Amino acid sequence: MMFDQQLALAIFGMAAATYGTRLAGYWLLRGVEIKGRMKAALDAVPPAILTAVIAPTVFLQGVPEMIAGAATLAAALLRAPLLVTIAVGVASVAGLRYLM
Amino acid sequence: MRQDFLRGLGDVWPMMLAYAPIAALWGALAASKGFTPWDALAMSAFVYSGAAQFVFLDLLGTAMPLPMLVFTIATVSLRHVLMSASVSRHISSFRPSLASGLLFWLTDEAWAIVERRALTDKITPAYFFGTAFPIWPTWFLFSGVGAMAGAVMGDGKTIGLDFAFAAMFIAVLAGFWKGPRTGAVLVASAAVACFAKLMLPGAWYILCGGAAGMLTALVLARAEDDV
Repeated sequence: MMFDQQLALAIFGMAAATYGTRLAGYWLLRGVEIKGRMKAALDAVPPAILTAVIAPTVFLQGVPEMIAGAATLAAALLRAPLLVTIAVGVASVAGLRYLM
Repeated sequence: MRQDFLRGLGDVWPMMLAYAPIAALWGALAASKGFTPWDALAMSAFVYSGAAQFVFLDLLGTAMPLPMLVFTIATVSLRHVLMSASVSRHISSFRPSLASGLLFWLTDEAWAIVERRALTDKITPAYFFGTAFPIWPTWFLFSGVGAMAGAVMGDGKTIGLDFAFAAMFIAVLAGFWKGPRTGAVLVASAAVACFAKLMLPGAWYILCGGAAGMLTALVLARAEDDV
């Protein structure tokens, strides 16, 4: 349990950190013309970061997560709606954990 | 304008549904660490970052000093620097004060949707707002609800809820596929992220993986791209 004041400070500090990062890329790179290799590199940031966020969850936890990840990807590639794709992932990981 | 807002809302609503249980899960976890529902609601409203907030609960037991906490949360959130840089290309016509305000609601999900939409359409302020804003009340209200439900909800892991986040990102990722070079970027990112996760503390793995993918794209960019 935290003291209220400590919690308020933690919230303030964390909010400054999260809003600061949200502003930083815009203010630092706005107006910079981006083309060629630089554009290719920036275009790759979205999928690269998304992959990095989830890779340990999918690959480092165990076999159920890996298989569920593959099932989710299959659903996504078959163009299932987003919620169906998520449901496939959640249901398959729950089922596989139960079985394995 | 109203049409753009509704179009944004149309793109984002599945994410809102997907995020409600994750917010509730975070709230329940926070309650188990001594948060009141109002504490949980306040943190979710102001900090507004699932990754940062889950990491924070992880760190709570370690009596970390405040500056160190803020630094760690900033590293968890550094990916948003890259995201706001990449999204700045699509919102360069917005007034800077308007853009700065709207960027408070820049989340992984909102950003992914905006980037997808930017492949085919021009991004307007109304569309950005319609996409980014609605996740916010969903996130903090369900955090409060989760904290109230608290222990009643039990362990979300047994029903696979912890995997919802990964499944959502996989679904979004599938839309970014542009051929073999995308594959190389994803493999580099995943491999380096996993390696860094094993070797480094905190959330450095996200930045390491992202940088590896970015470098891979830089190296593989064709000469004719380089004009």
